[in-house]
Amino acid sequence: MTDSAALLHKHSFVELGARQRAKALLDAGTFRELLDPFQRVMSPWLSRQGVVPQADDGVVIAKGSLDGKPVVIAAIEGAFQGGSLGEVGGAKIAGALELAAEDNRKGIPTRAVLLLETGGVRLQEANLGLAAIADIHAAIVDLRQYQPVVGVIAGSVGCFGGMSIAAGLCSYLVVTQEARLGLNGPQVIEQEAGLEEYDSRDRPFIWSLTGGEQRFATGLVDRYAEDDVAQIRQQVGELLKQGLPANQRSGQAELYLQRLARLDAEPQIEPATVRDLYQGARS
Amino acid sequence: MSSYSLRGMNWFNALSTGAKTVVGLPASLNVADGFLGEQAVRFIAVVADPDNRFVRARNGEVGLLEGWGLAKAVDEVITADQDKPQKRALIAIVDVPSQAYGRREEALGIHQALAGAADSYARARLAGHPVIGLLVGKAMSGAFLAHGYQANRLIALRDPGVMVHAMGKASAARVTLRSVEELETLAASVPPMAYDIDSYASLGLLWETLSVDQIEHPTAADVSRVTECLTQAIGDVAEKGRDLSSRLGASNRAASSQVRQLLREQW
Amino acid sequence: METLSFEFPAGQPPRGRTLVGCVGSGDLEVLIQPGQPGKLTITVQTSVNGSEQRWQHLFARMFDGQTPSAMDIDIHDFGATPGVVRLRLEQGFEEIAHD
Repeated sequence: MTDSAALLHKHSFVELGARQRAKALLDAGTFRELLDPFQRVMSPWLSRQGVVPQADDGVVIAKGSLDGKPVVIAAIEGAFQGGSLGEVGGAKIAGALELAAEDNRKGIPTRAVLLLETGGVRLQEANLGLAAIADIHAAIVDLRQYQPVVGVIAGSVGCFGGMSIAAGLCSYLVVTQEARLGLNGPQVIEQEAGLEEYDSRDRPFIWSLTGGEQRFATGLVDRYAEDDVAQIRQQVGELLKQGLPANQRSGQAELYLQRLARLDAEPQIEPATVRDLYQGARS
Repeated sequence: MSSYSLRGMNWFNALSTGAKTVVGLPASLNVADGFLGEQAVRFIAVVADPDNRFVRARNGEVGLLEGWGLAKAVDEVITADQDKPQKRALIAIVDVPSQAYGRREEALGIHQALAGAADSYARARLAGHPVIGLLVGKAMSGAFLAHGYQANRLIALRDPGVMVHAMGKASAARVTLRSVEELETLAASVPPMAYDIDSYASLGLLWETLSVDQIEHPTAADVSRVTECLTQAIGDVAEKGRDLSSRLGASNRAASSQVRQLLREQW
Repeated sequence: METLSFEFPAGQPPRGRTLVGCVGSGDLEVLIQPGQPGKLTITVQTSVNGSEQRWQHLFARMFDGQTPSAMDIDIHDFGATPGVVRLRLEQGFEEIAHD
C-alpha cells in the first residue's frame, strides 16, 4: 500500500469524541450506553457556579462486546471541562467497574476498558471528584482480581492528576505519540517549582518526559499505537486476550525502589537517564 | 520553626509508643509494628525528610520514594499475614501537604509510584486487613490518594489545620481563573469545594470527627481518646466488610448513590 | 450563565432523537427529542449573559416561515458563535431526518 493510500485508510482516534471512541472499540452493533445523555444525570454542582453542565457529565459508559466477550467501556470526554471528573462522572466510572467486578463474582467475565482523556479532579467539585477517584482506584484493584483492566490514553488532553494514578493501577496501558501521562499538570509544576524546573510552555520538553513515546521507551506503558482506530482496537483486543499480566506494574515496589537507589538524583533528570534506569523493568 | 508540619510525626510517636520500628524503608516514612489493645497493627506515617535525595520531596510531600516505600511497607504486612486468620490492621497517619512537584518526579513516573501505594493499601483491605486513615493535618490530592484514601474508615481530628482537598487555594484560584476570595465565597455554598473539615464531614466520607486538646503535641488523654476510636473503627470494619461503600449515603453525596442505582438497573 | 426558553409553531414530532456537539469552549451540545405536536420548544442554558435577543434572532431566521418538526430541543452552550450554533442544529436536524 502506498503512503497516501495508507493515510486514506487511517481513521484518527484522537479526533473522535468519547462516545465515538467507545463505539469504535466495541464489536459492531453491540454498543449500549448506560445513563445516556437523554437521562440527564448531570452535575448537581455546576449550574450554581455559573458553569454550563453537559448532559452525560463528560463520561460515557457503554456495555458491549469486544472480540465476542463482554466488556464495559468508560470513556472520558476531554472536550468538556478538560475531562476533569466531578461527582457524577466519577460515580459512573467507579460504579461501572464495581458492577463489572460483581459480574465476575457471578461467573460473568466482564472486562473493563478506560479511555482516559482527563486532567483529574474537577476543581468545581473538588472533594467529591477526589473521593470518586479514590472509589475508581478501589474498583480497578477489585476488578483486577478477575480480569485485566486496559487503559487507553490517546490525547490531546492526556491523563493527569488522580486519574494518572488510576492509569498506573491498570493492568495495561496503550498510548499514542500525542498522549501524555503525568501526575501534575505542567502549569502547576511551574507554579510550584519554578520555570527552571519545568517550563509549561515548552511542548517538546514536556513530551520528552511525559509523552507516549517516552513512557513506552521507559516501560511505564505497554503498547505504543499510531493514531488509528483499527490499530488501537487491535492493541486493546490483544491485551484483553492476554489476561492478567505476570507482573502488575503497580505491584513492583521492590524493583522500582532498587532502580531509584541506583540513580544519582543530584543532577537534573534527562529522558535518556530514565530510559537507561528503567531498562528491562517491564517484561 | 520548621516549614513543614510535625503533626504526623508527633502523632505517630504518641500512638506507636512501645512499637517496633520497621527498617529498610525511606527515611520519610515512619513505620512501626505495635498493638492497639489486643489488635496487632502497623502504624505508617509520611514525614518530612530534609535530606531526601529528591529535593522536591523534603517537606513531607509524597514523592517517588514515599509512594513506592508505602507500597513496600504495606506489601510486607500482606505477605507476612497471608495465611493468618487474624489480619494486622494498618493505621495510616495522614499529614501530607501534597504530592511532590518536580521534573525528576514526572520523568521517573511519580504517578506510578503513587499508584503502587494505592494498590497495596487497596489489596490489603481486600485481603481482610482493616485499614484506618487518621487525618491529623493535611490530606491533599495525590498524596492522600496514595496514603489514606484506600482506608476502610477515615477518622479526622477537628482543627483548622486538618484539611482535605484536591489543590491548595492559591493554585486552585489560578487554575479556575478566580481570586482566592471568590473561591472562598463559592466554597461557602458549595460544600465539596470547601477546605474546612466540617464541610468535608458533610460529604459523608468520614467515619468520625474527633476533638482533641493539643493537636500538635497530643496529651495522654488525647492519645487515649484517639486509640479508643481507632479500636472501635477496626471493630466496625470486621462487621461491615472490605469495600468503600460506607462512604455513601450523605445527602451531599446523593448523586453518587443515584448513579450507582441507575447503573445497576440498566446493567 | 442564564437559561432561556423559546417556542415556535411546528408540525409533527420526529420519530427519533439525537445528540450532537459537546460543551467545550466555543461549542455547544444539542439534544433533540420528539415534543408535543404543533410545538417546537427550545431551552438554552448558556454561559453568556444578556444573549436572549441573539438567540431569538438566530431561531427566528431558522424557523420563521418554516414548519419544523415538533421537537424539544435542549441546548447547553459554552460561548459558541451563531455560526457554530447553526451548524450544530443543522447537524442535529439531519440526524433526525435519517431516522
